[in-house]
Parts: sequence; C-alpha cells; structure tokens
Amino acid sequence: MSTIFDRLRGRRLTGVGTIGLIIVSLVVILAIIGPYIAPHDAIQHNLKARYAPLGYTDPEHGTYWLGTDQLGRDILSRIIAGCRVSVIVSIFAVFIAGSIGVSYGLIAGFVGGWVDQIMMRIADALLSIPFIVLVVAISGVVGAGIVTLILILGFTGWVTYARVTRGEVLVAKELDYVIAATVVGQSKVRIMFQHILPNVMSSAVVLAALQVGVTIIAESSLSFLGLGVQPPSVTWGLMLADGRASIGSAWWMTTFPGVAITIVVLGVVFLGDWMRDVLDPRLRGE
Amino acid sequence: MARYIVSRLGQMVITMFIVSLLVFFMIRLKGDPITIMAPPHFNEEQVEALRRAWGFDKPLTEQYWVFLTKAVTGDFGKSMSHNTGAMGLVMSRLRLTYLLAGVSAIIGIVIAVPLGVLSALYRNSPLDVTVSALASLGTAMPNFWLGLMLIIVFSVQLRWFPVFGHEGIRSIVLPATCLGTGMAARLSRLTRSAMLEALRQDYMRTARSKGLTPKRVNVVHALRNALIPVVTALGLQLGWLLGGSVIVESVFAWPGLGRLVIESIHVRDITVVQAAVFWFALSFILINLVVDLLYSVIDPRVKIE
Repeated sequence: MSTIFDRLRGRRLTGVGTIGLIIVSLVVILAIIGPYIAPHDAIQHNLKARYAPLGYTDPEHGTYWLGTDQLGRDILSRIIAGCRVSVIVSIFAVFIAGSIGVSYGLIAGFVGGWVDQIMMRIADALLSIPFIVLVVAISGVVGAGIVTLILILGFTGWVTYARVTRGEVLVAKELDYVIAATVVGQSKVRIMFQHILPNVMSSAVVLAALQVGVTIIAESSLSFLGLGVQPPSVTWGLMLADGRASIGSAWWMTTFPGVAITIVVLGVVFLGDWMRDVLDPRLRGE
Repeated sequence: MARYIVSRLGQMVITMFIVSLLVFFMIRLKGDPITIMAPPHFNEEQVEALRRAWGFDKPLTEQYWVFLTKAVTGDFGKSMSHNTGAMGLVMSRLRLTYLLAGVSAIIGIVIAVPLGVLSALYRNSPLDVTVSALASLGTAMPNFWLGLMLIIVFSVQLRWFPVFGHEGIRSIVLPATCLGTGMAARLSRLTRSAMLEALRQDYMRTARSKGLTPKRVNVVHALRNALIPVVTALGLQLGWLLGGSVIVESVFAWPGLGRLVIESIHVRDITVVQAAVFWFALSFILINLVVDLLYSVIDPRVKIE
C-alpha cells in the first residue's frame, strides 16, 4: 500500500488530474467543516421564503444564492451539507466492496480448479442482475438508512474487484519470483499475501477510485427513490426527490443538486483516470 | 457451433440456478420474510396463518425446493397487491421496458458509433476533444437527473412532450433520449479505443500498401474489426440499460418492469420483486448469449470449441 502512494507522489499531475484533485479535496473539506461555513442552517425551515428563487434576499435570514425549497430551506447550504453523506457512504461502501472483492478474487485465482469455477459462477450470477435492480430489491427487504445503505452497497459492489483481482492473480502466479518462492518451499499463505497481493493492489486501488463515482450515483439514486438515506439527513438524492415534486415551479431545486453530483463524480473520475495512468496503464479502456 | 451453444446453455442453467438461490435468500435477509409481507395491522394469529399459508413454517430446504420447482414453471406465487400471479404481472410490463431499452439502444448506437469512429480517425482534433469531454460528462451525470432536466426543458418550459406516463409515441422520446445518451457516452469511448486499436494493426499497413483507397481501408478493414469489441460491450451496455430503466421509468412514470419493481417494493409485494429480479437476470443472460453468438459471426478468427 505504501509503495502505491510513493509511486503516485513521484508523478506530476496532469491538468485534468489537478482539477480532479481540487474537486475531491474540496468535497472532503466541505464534508468535514461544511455546516460551519454554510450561509444558512441546512435543515432550518423558513416558511416565509418557500420556493424563493435564486438570489432572493430575506430581510431576517439573508440571501439565498441558489434559492430555497418547499420548506424555505437554503439549497446552497443543503448541497454543502449533502457532501457529508456522499463522502461517508462512498468511502465505507467502496472499502467494504474492495476488501471483499480483492479477497474473493485472490482466493479464487490462487486456489484455482473447481473452487475457482464455482466462485466465478457465483460472481457471474450476481453480475447478471443489474446492480441497481439488486440494490433496490435488497434495500426494499432490509430497509433504509445510512448504515444499511453502506452495507448493501458494500456487499453487492464487490464483483468487479473480484474479477479484476482474479485475472491479475492468474498472471502473477506465473511470475518467476512467485514460482521461485514456491520452489524454496514458502507456505501458500505467505506467497499469497507477500508476493501476489502487492501485485494486484494497484489495480484494486485504481478500481476503487473509479468505483467511488459509481457509488455516489447509486447512493443518490436510492435516496431519490426513497430507499436510501432518510430525512432529516440531507442528501443530494433526497433533494432531487423534493425537486421532482415541484418540477413545474422551482427548477432550481432539481438543477443544482444534480450539478453537484455531476461535478463531484467528474472530479473522482478525473482523479481515478490519472491514478490509473500512473499505476496501471493496462486497465485503460475498461 | 452446436456444441458451443449447448455448453453455453449449460452454463446459463447453472447461472440461473445460482440466481434462484440469490432471489430465494434475498427476501430472507432479515430472517422471516413474513415480517415484510404482513400488513402492519395484522395480529399475531393472522401473521401465523399467513406464514402457514405461504409455507414459511416449513424447513428451509423444503421451502427452497418448492420455490425452485415452481419458479422453473414460471410460478412465483401470487402478487399480494394485485390479485394475479406475480410472473403474469411481470410479463404484462415487460413489453414496455424492452421497447424503451430497444429504442434507447438504437439512439445510443446511432450517436456513439459514428462519433467514436470519427474521434479515432481524427485523433486529438477539436471533434475528438469535444466528443470525449461530452462522454465524460455523460458518464458522470446520474441518468435520472438528466431525465429531470429534460422534463424541465422540454416538458415544463417548451411543452413539447408530456411530463410523464405512456401516451403514444411522444411519451417515449424523453426517457429514451435520457437512457440512450447515457449509453452513447459509454459506448463512444469504447468505439474510439477499439477503432484506434484496429488502426494500429499490421493488416492496416498491408491494406494501405496494396493501394486501397483510405475510405475502403478505414471502413472495410478497420471498422469491421473495431466493431468486435463494441458488440461485446453492447451486451453489458444493454444490462446497464435494463438497470437504468428502473430509475428512469420511475422519473417518467413509464409503466414498465422497472417501475413495477419500485411500486412493488413500496407496497412490500415481495413475490413480484422476486419475479422481476429473476426476469432481469434472465434477460441479461440471454442478451449476452446472443452477443457471444454474434461475436463468432462477425469475427471468424474466434474459434469456437
């Protein structure tokens, strides 16, 4: 893991990579200190300023730069507050999915034979159900909430990692020094963790970076459908659901949370693309 | 060829068997499925009666055996909110989802393939840069949000299309544009890199040195080879379209299978959810089977064993 960061540190950022890094850092900072610097309280109602348009100035509460929603809550402050859920959900979900997927792929690829066959069939079966259908169905059964959402996204999103890792393991198994380690009689567990795992980590890290974007979109989709994070938590998906209910009158309610999601996902993808170019050029085009 | 098809069908059966296990255990993730199915006003006795009626008091293996044998015949039990079989309900909504996915796929291909090919032929030109910027934007944008934006612009402001529902051909334009452009964003990148890869091959040099016209070289030699990975990706993309339809159908109130899933989850009609998930998986697997067979038709180099 530390070598991965060393390799990234040594490389110059590309223009696009820099934009990605700035966006991602900004979102993480906002997730931590956002509520302290936001112009308004994200959940405070102001019934005198419901559906206020962009730049509306309320004599008591100040200016609502991006307008307000059906309860007079400030859209800009809510977008800032929404960073927190996106960051928390995507980091934890990606970490869980990555850990499961890498272990799964490592075992399948390393053990091989019929174990590998069965494990990959299971992965294929899981992959044949469109991700969002699977997640929607499970959250319908298990229920909603941030923790459940993280677990659902984590326990369903691992298949891609498993497939990529398995492929890498099959290659790494044939490397000279791995064969040498086998010949000198090192234990299988040691070979797996000490020689093969470091080889597959960079692909997994790149994939994880790119999956953050997918996870952010999945979280907002589920919250939009009412199956993810629940009010009074503030998320971009819930804001879009509110916006949809007022779509004929208050376009700003729907427009800006979506712009926020798009910018953040773009930032994540830019950063992930740069990491891929540095760490794992072979993954390009996947 | 026949042997290949048989072996692929065999794999398909195994995958569907695992899917059936997933679908069976999915509704038992929280233990007793009856706690999800029973209406909140039911008392202890009524819940117990419902449990017995559904056979949830039997041992798990027996429950699965009953589920599997019925599922094979397309029987997923009765829908609890509609008074019909769950599978029948799924079937009645299927046509509209396939229609939407089909139209979206055509929009996606028509946009993505020419743009991807031109981007590769005129690499690093302003066109290439624009296309790849749009593709990045298209992949980063949640497609349901794009749908909401289309509604604001074309339905609310311009009043060109109905806001939602299914009222003839005009209703499909916005949802299909929404899904189709999302797919185009993904597919154009793939077409571009496949085309670049094909242009780099030795047979391209041979073709050029034979004195063939650039047009013929590009179309016959490069494009035909570039299409192979594109067709493979198409299978996965159609899976993405089916998944995307769940949310886009909800946004546009398009009465297809995706919307049925969401409706059923909200009224806790889990037999319908099971049947729908099963059908989504089967569609995806069948699409990929067809794609794999197509693959061997366009690329004779693929030796089928």
